[in-house]
Amino acid sequence: MTELTTLSAIEQAKLIREKQISAEELLNATLEQVKKVDGRSGSLDEYIEEPDDLKKVHAFILMTDEQAREKARAVDKKVAAGEKLSPLAGVPYSAKDVYCTKGIQTSAASKILQGYKPPFNATVIEKMDQAGAVLFGKVNLDEFTFGSSNETTAFKPTVRNPWALDRVPGGSSGGSAAAVAANEGAISLGTDTGGSIREPAAFTGVVGIKPTYGRVSRYGVIPFASSMDTIGPLTRTVSDAALVLREIAGFDPRDNASGQVAVDDYLDALKQGVKGMRIGISPDYMKITYMNDQGEYDSTTIDPDIERNILDAIQIYKDLGAEIIEDVPMPNTRYSVPAYFVITRIEAYSNLQRYDGLKYGYTTKDSVEDMYDLYFKSRGEGFGYQAKLRLLTGLFASQEKYYEKYYLRALQARGLLRHDFDQAFDPNGKYRLDVLLTPSTPTAAFRFGGETASDSLLMQFADQFTSPMNFAGTPGVSFPSGLNSEGLPIGLQAAGYDYCEAKALRAAYAFEQATLGADWRKAKPVVLG
Amino acid sequence: MTEYIATIGLETHIQLNTVTKAFCSCKADSWGDEPNTNICPICSGQPGTLPSTNKAMVEKALMLCLAMNSNINRTSFFDRKNYLYADLPGGYQVTQNDMPIGKGGYLDFLMDDGREIRVHIDNLHIEEDAGKTKNDGDERLIDMNRCGVPLVEMVTQPDMHSADEAATYLMRLRQLLRWIGISEANMERAHLRCDANVSIRPKGTDKLGKKCEIKNINSIEAVRTAINFEIERQTRELDAGNKIEQWTIEWDNDAQELRKMRSKETAADYRYFREPNLMPVVISDELFESVKARMPELPLERRARFISELGLPEYDASILTAERDTSEFFEAACKIYQSDNKRVSNWMMNEVLRIVNDKGLPVSALKITPEDLAEVIQLVDAKKVNTSTGKTLIDKVEETGKRPAELVEELGLGLVSDDSEIRRVCERIVAGNPKEVELYQSGKETLIGWFVGQVMREMRGKADPTLTQQILNELLKK
Repeated sequence: MTELTTLSAIEQAKLIREKQISAEELLNATLEQVKKVDGRSGSLDEYIEEPDDLKKVHAFILMTDEQAREKARAVDKKVAAGEKLSPLAGVPYSAKDVYCTKGIQTSAASKILQGYKPPFNATVIEKMDQAGAVLFGKVNLDEFTFGSSNETTAFKPTVRNPWALDRVPGGSSGGSAAAVAANEGAISLGTDTGGSIREPAAFTGVVGIKPTYGRVSRYGVIPFASSMDTIGPLTRTVSDAALVLREIAGFDPRDNASGQVAVDDYLDALKQGVKGMRIGISPDYMKITYMNDQGEYDSTTIDPDIERNILDAIQIYKDLGAEIIEDVPMPNTRYSVPAYFVITRIEAYSNLQRYDGLKYGYTTKDSVEDMYDLYFKSRGEGFGYQAKLRLLTGLFASQEKYYEKYYLRALQARGLLRHDFDQAFDPNGKYRLDVLLTPSTPTAAFRFGGETASDSLLMQFADQFTSPMNFAGTPGVSFPSGLNSEGLPIGLQAAGYDYCEAKALRAAYAFEQATLGADWRKAKPVVLG
Repeated sequence: MTEYIATIGLETHIQLNTVTKAFCSCKADSWGDEPNTNICPICSGQPGTLPSTNKAMVEKALMLCLAMNSNINRTSFFDRKNYLYADLPGGYQVTQNDMPIGKGGYLDFLMDDGREIRVHIDNLHIEEDAGKTKNDGDERLIDMNRCGVPLVEMVTQPDMHSADEAATYLMRLRQLLRWIGISEANMERAHLRCDANVSIRPKGTDKLGKKCEIKNINSIEAVRTAINFEIERQTRELDAGNKIEQWTIEWDNDAQELRKMRSKETAADYRYFREPNLMPVVISDELFESVKARMPELPLERRARFISELGLPEYDASILTAERDTSEFFEAACKIYQSDNKRVSNWMMNEVLRIVNDKGLPVSALKITPEDLAEVIQLVDAKKVNTSTGKTLIDKVEETGKRPAELVEELGLGLVSDDSEIRRVCERIVAGNPKEVELYQSGKETLIGWFVGQVMREMRGKADPTLTQQILNELLKK
């Protein structure tokens, strides 16, 4: 019955509702698929690589079979009793291990949280539960979401890209993306602070949506940079993403930043198509701009395959009746990466202060002299390299004497970035966009330990097309749009304005439906072969 | 000997009497509760949790701003003050740094000697409290019940020049906090905490001396003593030709002594930045107006009105406006009594406040009501009871909760103004005391009081004293 796992969440839910399969059967099939492709789960034990590790996905760090079985059986009972079923009743899903799950280990892929079992659930976990979905496991990520490759996790082995096992799955929601790509569940919940849903989605050929900041409650999700963190699903189809978003979105009194804005029926909206929709293209999203050694802005081209891909997509949209607006200026995109560096590190440093080795998680086994020695040793042993790097850079940049030099300028840059979006989407402005179409990433998935992966600064340019939306607070959907010449997945991003997820999803869906028969869609991840 | 002028500024932490904590729904007041029983994932710093602003906290802080005549920032911000300590579970304190809810303002008050003092406020901001740390042998125990309890920190300018002024400021502040109902302001329970910055300079010079900060002074008396001790210490140092160093000093209340904690270190860097998890505190016109409308008349205003409108002497007005419920009781009684306010004031101060002192209860907790007080005075005025019975009556009302008239009836306390009954007793007294009658008639007329007393004793105080004296005079002059 493993073919069940290839179905979308909507199809799976339909089979259960129509009593063609039971929720427990579907769960079994999903767990079977994990057994088949995932290999050993990531753990904090000392890692000694085994040959088999290189052939598996390793998306998971914890399976929650027992709780999942209980939930699946409860759904089956409801089906048997003829009760009304929630939209995702019986559909198995996984969650990035930053979602707090009551009584279930939650690690943020860091040793510092070793053994931590939260006494509460994240709001979104509760919403998924109400929607009937079955949490069957928690997936790996970059430690505290710090990274774009999943290599910074303390839980080894690290996640591999199901399309090319010598490549990274992207990050930080790499476990989520890899799990969904490898049919280990149709849904995985991720988080996105600078591209952490959209980049791995693009790298693994799945759909990922970063909603408007405030659209989905952050309560109970371990933060990276609180002013930019967003919550969203990774799925294989646009419809699934729309459905899950509909279920998890909405105001939450426990998240002060969540908006009191009515939730659209995203699934229903998809049918409206893109005819007459104004889709913009910006030259600033067709190159990578960076500061060179002389302190001057320089730019470099994106992967030509990706450039060709977006041009092809434009033709498809034209054919579907969309209006293409070319040359939309987004000139402040170049400030995104440096501003991101400053703001996220300062917020991350502050957010990491609570991990003190005292209240929960890892405490040093060494003898300690006093409280500060306990902090020093526990944090020294508990945080990984990337977490320490961000702590130190955050500590440096947040010094009062540098407030104006770094933080204030970064905030100004943030305002400018936001301004780009305000102008492009202004309904009375020059461009009046419904959607901005961009590549999700400047390149396809890179190799482990390659130049990009080892240089954390360069790796951040992987975020140049995604982090502006985190500054602006606006939504973006990454959807599969083809393969590059090496057969690796490529993604495009449909970015919208505040609370206009429906439009972005419509654009993604229209492309998906128009390309269902395309040759590239016949290619499958190697682990499924 | 050089004469010195002391300069004092106070930093007060005021615990707001909200039901729940600043950013979560835990009970705010943990007095008497076991450690770590009023905590939740939010205030204990669990990862992923988020704060939500308590609206009651904002309203109470706004009331204080209004009472202190502060400039109100209609949009203020919460910031993170980052530091690592075991009693701060989040690793940062949520506070207001550069855009606090209130800036500037002042508190006017009167010293006992009648001087009017105005102490200016630098700023007034909302913040969350940290937990409590207790050392138990070589163990350090943390109680997180206090984590997230809402505080207003209010910093004065260095406007006070004696320990007495500082103590009076604190007393007036405490009165004000209770008056507007935003804090229990109980210093023993640390609802109101105080640090004092103290410096001295030679008289005739302008430049302020180096200041020392005294921490942990938690009663009015301690403020007076600690500041006096510190002024004396600094005076001794300067007189001995030494320089004052910028110290942080702790007040040990048990030992009644100051103890140096540390020399001034380089200022800590708290790396303030906006708390991204909280929206700005926006005070809408609607909220502003509704809070303003709920603001009571403040003590000093009411005192002035009691003098100008009710015609009270300053002394009475001060006493009767020391607590809001006292002043309200008094004013209500005046409205019912509708004549001599000073007379109500006397009864209020002598009788009602006597019970307040005896019982250690606030006026609002007494059984006696303003109606009762007015009625008692009216009974005395109407000569239905005499003054001393009136006083007894107040106690009886407080004891039983019954109305005065009812008690007079029940206990037979009514004055006898029946001429014949009093005459009968007077005649008996005059007949039974020939020696005193003779003395009186030989010129010792002051004995009349003794005769009245005898009649009163006989009639258990119920005789109308004026009538009694009249009859006695008549009988004795025969």
